[in-house]
Amino acid sequence: MTGQPGMSFSVALLGKGGAGVITAGDMLLAAAARCGLYGLMIRAVGPQIRGGESAALVRLSSVPVECLDDRFDVVLGIDWKQAEQLLSEIAVDADSIVVTDPAEDAVPHSIAASGAVLRQLEMKELAESVSGGRVNMVALGYVAGLAGISQEAIRHAIEKNIGRKGRQAVDVSVAAAMLGFSRSQRSAAPQTGGGQAGNRWMISGNHATGLGALRGGVRFAAAYPITPATEILEWLAPRLKDAGGTLTQAEDELASINMAIGASYGGVPSLTATSGPGLSLMIEGLGLAVCAEIPLVVVNVMRAGPSTGIPTKPEQSDFNAAIYGLHGDAPHIVVAPNSVTDCVYTTQWAVHLAEATQAPVIVLSDQFIGQAIVVADPVPAISFFTKRKVAEEIPEAFERYAITADGISPMPLPGTAGGQYTADGLEHSAAAKPSGIASDHSAQLDKRARKIADFDYGQHWADIEGAGELAILTWGSTASVVREALQRLPDKVTGRLKLITLRLLLPVRQEDMAAALDGVNRLLVIEQNHTGQLYRFLRAWYDLPADVDTVHRPGPGVFRPGEIATRIDAWCGE
Amino acid sequence: MVRRMSVAAPCKLKASDYKSGTKPVWCPGCGDFHVLASLTKAIAALALVPENLAVVSGIGCSSRIPAYLNCYGFHGVHGRALPLATGLKVARPDLTVICAGGDGDGFSIGGNHLLHACRRNVDITYVVMDNEIYGMTKGQPSPTTAPDWDSELAPGGTGVSPFHPLVIALASGANFVARTFAGDVKGTTRTLAEAIGHPGFSFVQILSPCVTFRPDQREWKNKVHPPPVTFTTDPAQAARRVMTDDGFNIGVLYKGSRDIYGQAVERNAEFERDLDAEFLV
Repeated sequence: MTGQPGMSFSVALLGKGGAGVITAGDMLLAAAARCGLYGLMIRAVGPQIRGGESAALVRLSSVPVECLDDRFDVVLGIDWKQAEQLLSEIAVDADSIVVTDPAEDAVPHSIAASGAVLRQLEMKELAESVSGGRVNMVALGYVAGLAGISQEAIRHAIEKNIGRKGRQAVDVSVAAAMLGFSRSQRSAAPQTGGGQAGNRWMISGNHATGLGALRGGVRFAAAYPITPATEILEWLAPRLKDAGGTLTQAEDELASINMAIGASYGGVPSLTATSGPGLSLMIEGLGLAVCAEIPLVVVNVMRAGPSTGIPTKPEQSDFNAAIYGLHGDAPHIVVAPNSVTDCVYTTQWAVHLAEATQAPVIVLSDQFIGQAIVVADPVPAISFFTKRKVAEEIPEAFERYAITADGISPMPLPGTAGGQYTADGLEHSAAAKPSGIASDHSAQLDKRARKIADFDYGQHWADIEGAGELAILTWGSTASVVREALQRLPDKVTGRLKLITLRLLLPVRQEDMAAALDGVNRLLVIEQNHTGQLYRFLRAWYDLPADVDTVHRPGPGVFRPGEIATRIDAWCGE
Repeated sequence: MVRRMSVAAPCKLKASDYKSGTKPVWCPGCGDFHVLASLTKAIAALALVPENLAVVSGIGCSSRIPAYLNCYGFHGVHGRALPLATGLKVARPDLTVICAGGDGDGFSIGGNHLLHACRRNVDITYVVMDNEIYGMTKGQPSPTTAPDWDSELAPGGTGVSPFHPLVIALASGANFVARTFAGDVKGTTRTLAEAIGHPGFSFVQILSPCVTFRPDQREWKNKVHPPPVTFTTDPAQAARRVMTDDGFNIGVLYKGSRDIYGQAVERNAEFERDLDAEFLV
């Protein structure tokens, strides 16, 4: 369980592109980490490539946090030029502090009307008083001061972030930050100093996904850029090279998935990463990997759809595409990380599953999880016994697609003498010869279904917390919000509640679910999409309690814990 | 079943040893039989070890070729043979990778991949059996079909100019460009062996008649002729030559010496520890 009400401190830094609010947010998070705090940051941007308004939404806490709070304690505008669109996701109230520069335009009407306390800070003037000083550093010092972060930690964060630019640049930035710091007063922020410097990680979900892939053994990636998945590929590019692997930029997503399939056919664990439109293009390739039995991981960082949709905002609306998008009867695996840090684990698990079952695995991350940066405890390495069942010695009458009890057939890798076969998207016999014969088709369909259905997924299929006759079922980034919402509810409510967060979306785990739902008489399904895609899937495939409700709404705004707590409270009282 | 070979002491194999024994789906008289013969002869001439050779294809009559060979093969989806071959070769540079297919697979649905495979210059050989038609779907015009060729799908002809694969390959940076005629088994064998041996992306267009839907292509054997001059290392000269010829010059047109994409790197032993350290605040 993460976060506790009242212990966290949320800051929004706004400014036009180039003002450096994202850099300031990064440094604020790093400085807080050095003081022993946890935290999270997301960047909110307008549609402009450069020069539009952007905001760093930072939340600091004395305990781990994996979602935004409902409101902001401090909103600092370096300017308010095009802030209106962003302000819809930055709630302020009479307890909030709004910091504005008297040299800039007045605060937008929505903020002025909130009753928030207005504070003037001559950011521009202060910055100009230091030769080469920048406004964002003044802003950093000021909000860090409000958050009770030490000057040493601020200095360290600046050093770490821009140290490569040289001593002079660091000194100038520190001087500007200290001017901001000197104007601030400590507000009701979480206590700092509880932790030890150097024992926290600062990591985004997309980088965590890359780390999980490398830990899982991925040594080939094919890349076609797409928001919001690109950082996975950019992070992997130099690190794969260091690991003796390769990343190849493809001409499109049709190429990237087929490159990954080709590399994996060669025996190298392979991955590609994309978002909705790219997933649509990759669907045919996924079917090929199913039929030819090629291990493959496809990370889909979901954004609001359909079509181009809202590329910079999250939505859990590719569920149906990931589950049902493939033509034919095409058994495959779909998993979903349920927090930023869980991206490490779930992606590593995905590689394990792909390699072990010789099948494609789709990882459904989303824009929130992918692009949020958290300060968290280090994610320990987990070892799976990940080994593809490879045919090293080829017996006489070897059959590549032999019908086996567990449905998994030894796979010869190119270079293995006597194992020559043609992997095929055509239906084939056990001996890998093209076949339109009914018995071959049914035997191969059964085998491919069996290896996915009968695989031992252990306890990883879901995270189950709490106990009671009421259950909430959720997945992905919504899970972190639900966890925090539950902490805000009184014990008399939460004492009756069990939280089931599905990590394994496909294949269905009817027996595991039956055990998890034992004694549960009401179920609430919570997800972020327009049609309740998971809810309808559950109704089709699982035996559920008679009383099942659904909370679902589309993006672009992420769920907030207050919103979910209200819905859960109302549902419990029904 | 496939033959068993010894890795330690590969014996010199005959061309027929590189055939899997599976009976092709091709029509009697199809040019692709000659391509299969030429390819196995070329592989035998190069003494390639079957398990270290992979032939990758997409969809179409000619794309069936991997299953007829005694080597590793991949019969993928329509148009994506080149990305499949690219991924395999980049991940496994120790293998010899040949990509094969037809004009619809390579120039229409997979056309974009041809441009980028030429640009990228991965060390693979791409063999296109060009019969100017979609044969597997029973006779529709392809990107290399003449504009006035009458068909059910395009009555009276498409009215669309044919695609010029060799010019496109040259312009996109292919490192070896040649045209052969399937019926000229000797010449095709020689050219394929040279293409496979040439570093980088080698592109070989093989005029391979479809006697079923294009019986007029039986005349190709009388039309083809060797080029008046030998190959060049100047892509501009090669492009001018091929744009002004009659389409029936056969032989090697161009040989380049561009850098090859995707050389494997040594694994860094310190690797895992470095990864964790970079996230520490």
